[in-house]
Amino acid sequence: MNQAKAARDDSPMIEITGLNKWYGDFHVLRDIDLTVARGERIVICGPSGSGKSTLIRCINHLEEHQEGRIVVNGVPMTRDVKRIEQIRRNVGMVFQHFNLFPHLSVLENCCIAQTWVQKKPRAKAERTAREILERVQIADQAHKYPGQLSGGQQQRVAIARALCMQPEVMLFDEPTSALDPEMIKEVLDVMIELARDGMTMLCVTHEMGFAKTVADRVIFMDQGQIIEQAPPETFFNHPKSERTQLFLSQILGH
Amino acid sequence: MVDPKSVTEMVAQRRPPDLRRGALGWLHANLFNTPLNGAVTVVTVALLAVLLWPALQWAVLQADWVGDTRAACSGEGACWVFISARFESIVYGFYPETQRWRVNLVFVLLALLIAWLIMPRLPAKRWVGLFALVGFPVLAFFLLVGGSFGLEHVPTRRWGGVMLTLTIAVVGIVGSLPIGVVLALGRRSQMPLVRGFCVVFIEFWRGVPLITVLFMASVMLPLFVPTQVEFDKLLRALVGIMFFWSAYMAEVVRGGLQAIPSGQEEAAKAMGMGYWQRMGLIVLPQALKLVIPGIVNTFIALFKDTSLVLIIGLFDLLAIIRAGLTDSEWLGFATEGYVFAALVFWVFCFSMSRYSQHLERRLHTGHRH
Repeated sequence: MNQAKAARDDSPMIEITGLNKWYGDFHVLRDIDLTVARGERIVICGPSGSGKSTLIRCINHLEEHQEGRIVVNGVPMTRDVKRIEQIRRNVGMVFQHFNLFPHLSVLENCCIAQTWVQKKPRAKAERTAREILERVQIADQAHKYPGQLSGGQQQRVAIARALCMQPEVMLFDEPTSALDPEMIKEVLDVMIELARDGMTMLCVTHEMGFAKTVADRVIFMDQGQIIEQAPPETFFNHPKSERTQLFLSQILGH
Repeated sequence: MVDPKSVTEMVAQRRPPDLRRGALGWLHANLFNTPLNGAVTVVTVALLAVLLWPALQWAVLQADWVGDTRAACSGEGACWVFISARFESIVYGFYPETQRWRVNLVFVLLALLIAWLIMPRLPAKRWVGLFALVGFPVLAFFLLVGGSFGLEHVPTRRWGGVMLTLTIAVVGIVGSLPIGVVLALGRRSQMPLVRGFCVVFIEFWRGVPLITVLFMASVMLPLFVPTQVEFDKLLRALVGIMFFWSAYMAEVVRGGLQAIPSGQEEAAKAMGMGYWQRMGLIVLPQALKLVIPGIVNTFIALFKDTSLVLIIGLFDLLAIIRAGLTDSEWLGFATEGYVFAALVFWVFCFSMSRYSQHLERRLHTGHRH
């Protein structure tokens, strides 16, 4: 039993090999190989249209890939709906535009998948939701509707909603890009906290400060390819490829 | 241009200035703010008085209210005795007099259920709603049709009046919404067969006039099915009306579905929700709320178009009043009859309209798509 568990813990969280994807004739992802270890924190950056969002959306099959193999937490991805839903239950996702359910209160947003997908009893789901809302410091807003909250608060609720499912890995798709500048920090603080707790994270973001603070590895993508990957130290101080250097000078230049 | 002096003290918070001005102020601001507007107001009021006063005199002041024969009609204003004398048949049609308590019971049950469902304070909405959709129709069917549980059988050709109008309207409303929702979902389906079927179904029923549907149901259908199989005429009309309006409903609902951003479904997918959970818990509640005006618009049109069943020989509210007009003892009361029918229809439709506005306000959660 223990041995089995240990073996499982050594296995990678996500394994992507030879991933290719096209939108019509447009080749968005080209020969992507990526292995994410358990507890690893990865920041993916790159110019817009480089395929970084598409890549993490393939991991929970919000986008369908045409070639290659994705294994999440030991479960290989197929087109089978049950299999996809099984993978999604282990993968939390936070979106650029929050995508909270506007017709449900904050608490309901956090409980709905617990009660319907995980079939938890209502009281237990609510307890989990309140604990996690406490963790993202928004418990006092539990009865409100998303439309009554600020952008930063909404994004923290969105993180809490994903965490309520007790995922093994969290995907962040530009979580701070739609926020007013003064709200970015409160969201990043929650994400840093989460990283410190040992959550496996894949984060598409341009917040380089965040990358430097928590990332184990920074991945740079351009034109659908992984151009460079390195620990933040090396990545920011000694970028190898020209394109990475150009990109970094553009976003850090001012 | 900006004064470089920095702000040293915060400006204290003040109450907003009071702009309310009372009734006279309102009149001045809205009706008499310019000489021209004042003149328009005076002319309009005068016109209204000229037009409405005779109507009021006819309908209320000079009308005859009491009595039960034609002799009670003075002929100066409306003679509502025509309505009160025929009231029983207007409500129950030709339903046997001794059995009318069954209709009353169904009316009372229906009113109670609706009241329970629209009052936010009352508990157990889910169970009452379930009973209203499943238990009540079965109960109402056995009560109204009879023929079992010791109840005398009352064939549907003896139904009529308000009772028949409400039967058609309620069955139409309760049937067309869920069928419409399913059709709308089907039309957006990824499966070509499902989508194709829904498109054909919707376009067929939407492209045919309701009168044609009713005629086909009552005249042509019996020609095609073997004579041993006999469907009730009312049942055939009900099915036709339900399909006809569900096609309209489907397009209204589809409009709502298309207005919900794709991020909503993605968020639900990302948490592992299946198709029916995503639709039932996330997308449909938002989409239906968004198209409440369109749904109620369809309900109102449906309610008024129930009067078309008179062309296939069913005596709904309007038909039974028209039948009364030909009664040799009561010739010449067409105006009273039609005005009363219009009033009854208007009361039902206006109630639906008001309730839908209330519902929209209540379901608003401070979010706009």
